[in-house]
Parts: sequence; structure tokens; C-alpha cells
Amino acid sequence: MPSALPDGEPVPADGALPASALAGAADRPLGFYLHVPYCATRCGYCDFNTYTATELRGTGGVLASRDNYAEMLIEEIRLARKVLGDDPRQVSTVFVGGGTPTLLAAGDLVRMLDAVRDTFGLAPDAEVTTEANPESVDPACLATLREGGFTRVSFGMQSARQHVLRILDRTHTPGRPEACVAEARAAGFEHVNLDLIYGTPGESDDDWRASLDAAIGAGPDHISAYALIVEEGTRLARRIRRGEIPMTDDDEHADRYLVAEDVLTAAGYTWYEVSNWAASPDARCRHNELYWRGADWWGAGPGAHSHVGGVRWWNVKHPGAYAAALAQGRSPGAGREVLTDEDRRVERILLELRLRDGVPLSLLRSEGLAASRRALADGLLEPDPYQEGRAVLTLRGRLLADAVVRDLVD
Amino acid sequence: MPATTDNVPEPSRTDPALIRNFCIIAHIDHGKSTLADRMLQLTGVVEQRQMRAQYLDRMDIERERGITIKSQAVRLPWAPTHDPGNTHILNMIDTPGHVDFTYEVSRSLAACEGTILLVDAAQGIEAQTLANLYLAMENDLTIIPVLNKIDLPAAQPEKFAEELANLVGCEPDDVLKVSAKTGVGVEALLDKVVEQIPAPVGVADAPARAMIFDSVYDPYRGVVTYVRVVDGQLSKRERIEMMSTGATHELLEIGVNSPEMLPADGLGVGEVGYLITGVKDVRQSKVGDTITSQNKGAEEPLGGYKDPKPMVFSGLYPLDGSDYPELRDALDKLQLNDAALVYEPETSAALGFGFRVGFLGLLHLDVIRERLEREFGLDLIATAPNVVYRVVMEDGTEHTVTNPSEFPEGKIREVFEPVVRATILAPTEFIGAIMELCQNRRGTLLGMDYLSEDRVEIRYTLPLAEIVFDFFDQLKSKTRGYASLDYEPTGEQSSSLVKVDILLHGDKVDAFSVITHKDQAYQYGVRLVAKLKELIPRQNFEVPVQAAIGSRVIARETIRAIRKDVLAKCYGGDISRKRKLLEKQKEGKKRMKMVGSVEVPQEAFIAVLSSDDSAGSSKGKK
Repeated sequence: MPSALPDGEPVPADGALPASALAGAADRPLGFYLHVPYCATRCGYCDFNTYTATELRGTGGVLASRDNYAEMLIEEIRLARKVLGDDPRQVSTVFVGGGTPTLLAAGDLVRMLDAVRDTFGLAPDAEVTTEANPESVDPACLATLREGGFTRVSFGMQSARQHVLRILDRTHTPGRPEACVAEARAAGFEHVNLDLIYGTPGESDDDWRASLDAAIGAGPDHISAYALIVEEGTRLARRIRRGEIPMTDDDEHADRYLVAEDVLTAAGYTWYEVSNWAASPDARCRHNELYWRGADWWGAGPGAHSHVGGVRWWNVKHPGAYAAALAQGRSPGAGREVLTDEDRRVERILLELRLRDGVPLSLLRSEGLAASRRALADGLLEPDPYQEGRAVLTLRGRLLADAVVRDLVD
Repeated sequence: MPATTDNVPEPSRTDPALIRNFCIIAHIDHGKSTLADRMLQLTGVVEQRQMRAQYLDRMDIERERGITIKSQAVRLPWAPTHDPGNTHILNMIDTPGHVDFTYEVSRSLAACEGTILLVDAAQGIEAQTLANLYLAMENDLTIIPVLNKIDLPAAQPEKFAEELANLVGCEPDDVLKVSAKTGVGVEALLDKVVEQIPAPVGVADAPARAMIFDSVYDPYRGVVTYVRVVDGQLSKRERIEMMSTGATHELLEIGVNSPEMLPADGLGVGEVGYLITGVKDVRQSKVGDTITSQNKGAEEPLGGYKDPKPMVFSGLYPLDGSDYPELRDALDKLQLNDAALVYEPETSAALGFGFRVGFLGLLHLDVIRERLEREFGLDLIATAPNVVYRVVMEDGTEHTVTNPSEFPEGKIREVFEPVVRATILAPTEFIGAIMELCQNRRGTLLGMDYLSEDRVEIRYTLPLAEIVFDFFDQLKSKTRGYASLDYEPTGEQSSSLVKVDILLHGDKVDAFSVITHKDQAYQYGVRLVAKLKELIPRQNFEVPVQAAIGSRVIARETIRAIRKDVLAKCYGGDISRKRKLLEKQKEGKKRMKMVGSVEVPQEAFIAVLSSDDSAGSSKGKK
């Protein structure tokens, strides 16, 4: 069961946005997120909107399959063009995520990117990323992607240990992700990321260090490290509930995080978001930064979320329902929310506090400021940036970011 | 048999020789209300089709819990079988059935010349019934022993008739056997009331003297006062005087209940009825007070008046601080009908604004709390009930402590606590368990008597504070529910008492302070500290949880600092969800109470204060 969508108001059939959303758009970067909701198998911990069936039928018998998926998604890119009207912006970042994007033919991914380029135009320095599973790429496909305009590839490595991968239901063999990095470099990718997961039940401190070392050894310019979240409704959650697998506690997660910070920093990577480290400022994922800085992006595909000028909306989740909406010329939007000024202020605090640059203190009200002084005294905020008017988390503060946010938004 | 309408004596013109005033003493569930129902039916005052179960118990809580809190009086005309031409007037005065209301019981008894002692033929007499029986004997009442529920398969009429005969001092054959449910034997019982209970005696031409035995607030009519006229006559529209205060009122209405209110010209010697004066608050018409005529009134009041005195105190706080005004209004309303309910505003650092409320006892506390929650829709936190302590300092000054957090600091010479005389009735096999419990509760054995071969009456002196904890629940569980308990205050004793404070991160949590015997302080401290460690979520910093007597720490636990509170992923599709989660967490945070810098969930207070071993849960006290 993929995670539930938020509650919201309905999206108009034509997907039209309120005028307020488009005001001042020219000053904000515009990105595209393209969702590929297919996986060869579903991993036990995953609650993303993804399906293992290759063909899914929507209402009226409309077929959504891996084979026609790119065509369908391109339909939505055309809808985006209509909705954004004469918005002059070129697209500065594209991110293809899933699911497993590389379950589609590389050519399909390239065609989707072409559609973005043809309808909106790509900025000359655009960052174009695709996620990839180590077991579903080869040098040929990487070459096709690079030639087609992709500039960055992100591999789901998760762990260097077989027993950890097994708990996560990952099918690749240890060593394969590191090989992928080399293949991507060979295909001409300048930017390569490895995703790691820590705190998997059964993972030891030593396992985690081994994973970090293996990842660093492969030489990507970006590493993401996520604490395993056991989402309700996943197979992993059920196995833990039944007592088949022990739960990792938060203190262990904290220990692993400190190890990650330590090892990655020593290897020349610098944190720029709570779960993300980059080898240089250029290596940061600009697409993700766009999420964190309240910029605009259009998320295309089933269950994808979008944000344009203070309006957040999300598509229907099921590929069949998604295909049916597009086939009838309707927006696949399932619901949306028009953010109030206060919503946007709160979002800025909760997103930007996770960043190395932190939150300007000018965003805080008097209670929030008082709370920020307490957080500073408690060693959760860095003193130097604070003097310059910014709330920036210390290492301990990063681990307690949500608690700090709760106090700062007052 | 039911009286025919043409020969029924009217109120104010009834010959005292034809009047029988009686009450029913019974344990809860022994069938008093059912018997009363049957009497209403047999005497014809309530027709069959209007009959509903437990007609006289009006409060929902009373009917639900099978208890009677407030008494009423009903006038029943009855033509005795042996003398059908001579219709008598039977005034049945319903008495409260619980130990907390002993004073009200004593006033009801004082309004009667006789009582029906009603005992379940399957269970035998219970401690509260026994206590009320002794009260009746002290009041010189004629006692008619009756076994009820003889139709039950488990009934042992011979055994319990013997027990009753021993207690009352009669022959087992004199014990009537009835089934209130089927009506068997109830007519004979009514005849027996006429035959055995003496008629009231008073001086008809003396100044009026009437005793108030109950006072009830009615939202439409104001206070309805129930009286028994001892001497003289009260007439409609005269002015009357409350002798304890000298306050005078106009008699707006006087009458009898049959069972609905029926206005009359007045009430004469020996009669029982109600009056309405327009007062709005039962404290202006107090149980036990004497009413006389304003004009040429009596000089001497009837004896026996006492002001109700709260024995048990508890802090009541609204869960939602903004409900404080509603709680105040609700208490004001309840007080209209409950002269024993006292309260004053109180502030707790932990719980906010609330009231320190005084009660007659634990049931009283339970009933009030339940009515506040049910009838007024309030969600409350109640602090552990405590008794009133008298603290004498080295310099001779004295403090009366009704709230543990007010226990004085400094050099204390002596602390006095109230004690009670407790009477426990139980099968003999539980003697050991009961004595062990009482000894653990600092009891002193006063004596023990066998009621029959296998039932025993055990008497102890116990500190009241030990009873307001979980004594009754413990007693019930140690005796598989067979024991019954009654107690009456008998004074105070000097004891080695200390105040135990609970500190969170060095800050006192006033709501958790208790006064306890020094030998029990350590145990309390260890238990509470362990419990709080479980209930309080980890904070951003390490939180020591300590129990202390003064500055001496007697128990300590540490709630480790939380080290991780951050979501790993926050990307485009997570933002709305995360903001909504944050809003929800903020709501949750509002429900947290701040103790110094520590956030304590309200649930922790509720869990600690309502747990079996700290609050005076009197559930099961039915």
C-alpha cells in the first residue's frame, strides 16, 4: 500500500491555477519531476507510489503500461504547458524518479526529457538526473541517457552488506553499485550519487562503516544517507510487528548518523542538507534544493506532487486512473492546497532549517525567537551564523531538527 | 389492602395515632428500591401502568449504579388486613445507602419511629447495613427484620434469619420473608408496619417544630425541603424560621408526596411532607435544622443538628484550561443541591486553574466527579484524594492542611491526622487477609465478633488517609468481594507523617505531592518515579525524576535525553504531509503541561493520578 495522499480541495478539470500562483513566476526557477511508477519487485520498506505489474487498467478500460508510459507522461507535460500559459521560463532541473525509472527503456526516458525540452526549453546549464537501480543499468543504457541529455545519475546502493540488502529486499549484489559509478563516469556523467540507508534491523556499526567506505571508494560526488523509516503498511512494518525482525531504536540511528557525518566529512564530503553530502558546491543536487527553497516544479506522473507559487497539488495515484484522466483531456490532479502566508512561513522554516544555510531569524515571530535563543543555549544552533541572523543547526541539532522546528514556528 | 378514597385521612387533619413513620435500612442491591416500588403499587399510589423500576431513584447515576444518594418521603394510605375500616397513613422515608452520608441517614432515622431492616436472603447483612442498624437502635427505633429475595435459588433464609435474630434480639420466626420482586409477603409486611411501629407522639398545641431530613434543589421550584413535624402545626402561607440561622421565609407551598408532590393546607403532629419557600440553595435549608413558625415560634430547636464537614479533599482541574469557567458554574449548580459540597479556587503549577473540593467521603467524590463529567460534559483531572491534617509547629503555631502542597516547611512538632472506626463484615475464612491489610494500613484492632458460625465482624481504628487510598478495592480483592466496610470518624491521632515531593528536572510537581507515613514514603517515591519515567517522553535534555522529603532525595530515575527527532527524507511529495504532521504535533504540544522546562503529557498526569495505587478509586463500591 503506497502512502496516502494528503487531504485537499479538488483540482479544476483543466488543471488551471489561481492567478496568484503565476505572479512573479519569472523570478523563480522551474523544475520538472517525472515519476516512473514501476518496479521489478516491491522492496519491503518502500511506501512509494509504485507497481510491479506491467499493465494496469483505468476506468473505461484505458490501459497504462510500461510500453505506453512515456507517451502518457508526455501528455501531462503538454497539459503543463497549457496551464502555465505564456510562462517564459526555461526548465532549470529535471529529475526522473520512481519506482525504478530504468525499468523503462533508456530511449523512453530520453523521449520524456525531449518533451520537456521541446515544450519549455532547457536552460543551458540544466541539471538532469535519473534514479537508477544498480541491477537495471548497463553501460549501453547509461550512454544513451548521457547522450540524450542526462547529466546526473543516482544509484540506490543502500548497503554494502548482503544480509542488510536482503532485509531491504534489494536484489543487487554487493559491489554492483560501485561498478555502476565507474560505468556512469565512463559514459560521461560528471555527477553521480549513491543512496545509502542506515539503521536497518541487523545492521551493525561495522556494517555501516563498511557501506560508507565502499560508497566513498567508488568516488561519487554526492552521497545521501537516510535513516530507515519503517512506514506503516509496508511488509517490513508487518514483519517487525510480528516480531520476525527487531526494530532499530532512535539512539542507534543517532549513532549511525554521527558515524556518517564523521566518515563522509573526513572523505571530503560536506553536508548541505540533513541527509545529503556533496564533494563540492557544484555537486549538490539543484533539483532537490528547488524543493527545499520553495521554488516551482511540475511533478508529472501518477501520485506526483507539484508546487507553483504557493499552490501544492498532487496527482491521482493509480496509473490506470491517471491514464484515464489524461485520455479524457482532464487534469490528473487529485487534490490541491492553496497555501496561506502562514503556511508558507511554516514551510520555509521546516524546509530551510534542514539546510546548511539555515533559516533567517527574520522569519520568526517573538515566541519563535525566544525558542531560538533557548535552542542556541542548548547547543542546537550554531553561534556564529546566529550572530549574523541565521538559525543553523549544529550536528546535535540536525538530529533534533523536527523538535527545533516545532519550537521555532511558534 | 389499598385504601378506598372516601376514608383516607387528609394531610394536616390526620390523627397521629393513625400515622406510621418508617424507613428501610438495606445494603445496596438488597432490594430496597424494588420493595419501595412494590409498596407504591400495593397501596395504589402508583398505578400499574405508570410503574417503572426504581420509581423513587430519580438521578440517572443513582439508577445506573443501583445506589440511593438522596432520600425522599412518600405518603402511603394502607388499610390493614385485620382492620380494613381503619385506614392508616404510612410515611416511607427513603434513606441514603452509603457510608458517606451517615449524617443524612441519622436525620432520616430521626424522622421515623421504626425501620424495616431489609437483608438479601442469599447474602446476609453487610457492614453498612449493620452500621445503620446500630444507628437505628441508638435512635430507639422499632426494627422489623425482613429477608428479601427468598425466591432466589441461592437464598438461605434459615441461616440469615438466625443471623438477623441475633442482631436484633428476636426469634428467627419473627423475621419476615418476602420477595420484593414477586410481591410475596409485602402485604403482610405493610400490616406488620401498622401493627408494630409506634405512632408518633407530639404536642399538638405547642409552637411548631419540624425537623428537616432532606433538602433538594429543583430547577423549576427552587429548594424542596422535606420535614417531619414533631410538635404543633405548619400551615400554608405562614412565615417560618430556620432555627440554626434565624432566617425567615414565606411558606409558598406545603404538602405531601404521593409520590408526586401534592399541595395541602398544612402538616400536623407526626406528619411528613415537603415545603417550598423559594430559597434557591440547599445551604439555606439545611438537613438537621429545625423549622418553626416566625410568629410565636418555639424557643428550643430539636437536637442533633450538625454542619456537614468535608473529610476528603481533591483538586479538580479541567483538562482543557479554557473550561475553568464551566467547571466553576457546574460546581455552583451542584452546590445548590448539596450542602456538603465545598470548594475554593486553587492554582497548580502543573495543572493550571482548578478547585480544591471537599467531600464527605469517597463515594461523594466519585458521584460529584461523575456528574461534572456526565451532566456538564467536562473532562477533569482529579488529584489523589487526601484528608485534612493539623500541623503544629515548634513555635506552637498551627496549620490546617487540605492540600499536600501547602504542608508547611520548617520545624514541625507534631502532625495530626483524622482516624476512623472501621467495621468490616466478612466470612471467617478471610480474617487473616483482612487483618493483614488493616495492619499494613496502620490499623489498630478494636475487637472481633462472630455474627454467625461463619461470619465475623472486625473493628479497627484506621487513619482515614489509609482508607481514601485504595483500601476498599484491596479489601474487596483480598476477600473475593465478600467483605463489606463501614467507617465513622472518631477523632484524630498524632502520626509520623512526611510530605513526599516529586521533582522533574529539579522542579516540584505540586499535583504529585503527598503526605504519607514516613515508613511508606520510600515505597511511594520509588513507585511514582518509576512510573513517571515510563510515562514522560524523552526531552531534548536529560531529565532527572526524583522523590524527596524536604531536601532529601529518596528515589531517583533518569529520563535520557532524546537524541534523534528528525525525519530522514523531506522531498517534494513529503512537504504537505510534513506540514500537516507538524500542525498535529503542535496540537499535541498544546496538550502538554509544562513543569519547569519539561513537557509532560496530560496522559501522564491522568495515568498517575487515576492509577489503582494512588487515587482513591472507589469503583466496584456498589
